[in-house]
Amino acid sequence: MPVTTIADREIHVDEDGFLTEFDEWDEDLAATLATNIGIGELTDEHWAVITFLRSDYTEQGETPTLRRVATIGGIPTKSMFQLFPKKPARKMSYVAGLQKPKGCI
Amino acid sequence: MKRILILGAGTAGTMAANKLRPRLDDSWEITIVDQNTDHYYQPGFLFIPFGTYTPDEVVKPKIDFIPQGVNMILAEIDLIEAEENRVKLVDGTTLTYDFLIIASGAQVRPDETPGLKSDEYGRTVHDFYTFEGAKNLAKALRTWEGGRLVVNIIEMPIKCPVAPLEFSFLADSHFIERDMRDDVEIVYVTPLDGAFTKPVASRHLGNLLEEKNISLEADFYLERVDTDEKKLISYDEREVEYDMLVTIPLNMGAEFIQRSGLGNEMNYVPVDNGNFLSKDFDNVFALGDAADLPTSKAGSVAHFAMEVFTENFLRYIEGLPMLEEFDGHANCFIESGHGKGLLIDFNYDTQPLPGKYPLPGIGPFSLLKETEINHWGKMMFKWVYWNMLIKGKEMPLPHEMLMAGKISDGES
Ligand SMILES: Cc1cc2nc3c(=O)[nH]c(=O)nc-3n(C[C@H](O)[C@H](O)[C@H](O)COP(=O)(O)OP(=O)(O)OC[C@H]3O[C@@H](n4cnc5c(N)ncnc54)[C@H](O)[C@@H]3O)c2cc1C
Repeated sequence: MPVTTIADREIHVDEDGFLTEFDEWDEDLAATLATNIGIGELTDEHWAVITFLRSDYTEQGETPTLRRVATIGGIPTKSMFQLFPKKPARKMSYVAGLQKPKGCI
Repeated sequence: MKRILILGAGTAGTMAANKLRPRLDDSWEITIVDQNTDHYYQPGFLFIPFGTYTPDEVVKPKIDFIPQGVNMILAEIDLIEAEENRVKLVDGTTLTYDFLIIASGAQVRPDETPGLKSDEYGRTVHDFYTFEGAKNLAKALRTWEGGRLVVNIIEMPIKCPVAPLEFSFLADSHFIERDMRDDVEIVYVTPLDGAFTKPVASRHLGNLLEEKNISLEADFYLERVDTDEKKLISYDEREVEYDMLVTIPLNMGAEFIQRSGLGNEMNYVPVDNGNFLSKDFDNVFALGDAADLPTSKAGSVAHFAMEVFTENFLRYIEGLPMLEEFDGHANCFIESGHGKGLLIDFNYDTQPLPGKYPLPGIGPFSLLKETEINHWGKMMFKWVYWNMLIKGKEMPLPHEMLMAGKISDGES
């Protein structure tokens, strides 16, 4: 697994730059990750998504799908596209420090 | 008397009944419930729109495949009360069980997408994931004069995730044969970021789309359909217009699973990926499409899984530990048109790779490569399905995926 330095810290990432160690993430890092992919200031709405993602990951052991964030997390799909434009599933999990969504099979 | 209750007599439920009955003595009662008298060979739905199969080739009475000594009940399932070990049917009957096997599959739900289920459904909007849909589409295609044909996946996961690609390839070949390919534009619209989910296969299949002049609209996460204006609208406000839409509606597990509190957000039952035991109840299993497994929803998966399930289940009900672990093995033929096809073979951990199957270096089938033999494999599958697979007969194929015969990413 490659190691990279983000915000002066050594972080383990996969080949696409997604964090592979759940515990290496914190809120400061999230801000830097967001800037990396062109998302400016993280608003409360962004944080609602990130918080749900991380807690659901802890319970389920996998990165939730957009549908799961919508139905279980109660966050409308439309807002996910506004907050994390174009590829919300990937961008959300990148900023939340989770594994790349599996896509599907 | 101990009772095993199977919910759903489709591919997985029928196979389970056939595998278990001969292995259990009379102290075990097996009952199977389904709401439908007809068993559909669903992979055949793909060929109906183009007239390759007639509708009667893909349907047979369910009862013909249920072994002697298994009770078949024709009724709609209403609710599972897993705490009480019982199942309620819509007609008011209650069935009790010692072990429950949920095999109620996945169904298409056009009603879940805003605008999709309008008066245009069956006219300019079609699906081929149901028997009715496929027959309707056959009729519509026969008199279609051309225009913009859009093939669209609303959301993953879907049954047989390669079927929409196959449909597009076959459409290309169909219109060439009818000498009207120049009058048809084919557009493939998917929420995925490429033709398919896994990188190597996605590359191979993406190239095929290009070769066949089918344009790809990727990352398209559909919000609604406007059937008056004939366009698809995504969450990020992109629009795709069509003259004829062939959609793969949202696939979901049965509604009674959700009512029973046993499903995830798509009504699939969370189970152990290796042995199919429910994560919540220690006498409930889910098989086939009904289970929330991270592999394809396909008959071939149900088949490979069944080998593992049968041995494990027979041990488990005697109080012994389950030994074998399912690896997620899937094996799908992909029709590519003009009498050719591809084959992919993969599991939970290994993506589809090029090579030969089942015999390394020999085949006769080629992985991720268009050949005529692969096409005949797919055509033979119908016979295998009706005569061997759902009857639970032994097949000369190992259930676990083998790396031998495969060429890994760097080499391909
Ligand atoms: C167009 C298409 C092409 C496909 N191509 C391929 C292919 O090439 N290769 C491949 O391997 N697979 C293919 N598949 C997938 C394959 O058909 C399925 O994965 C397989 O049939 C799943 O079996 P199952 O037993 O889980 O579900 P099903 O066979 O769908 O059976 C579920 C059963 O449950 C019953 N049921 C559901 N709800 C209730 C209720 N409330 N009360 C009573 N009964 C109920 C239904 O009536 C049904 O009989 C394809 C599918 C489609 C739609």
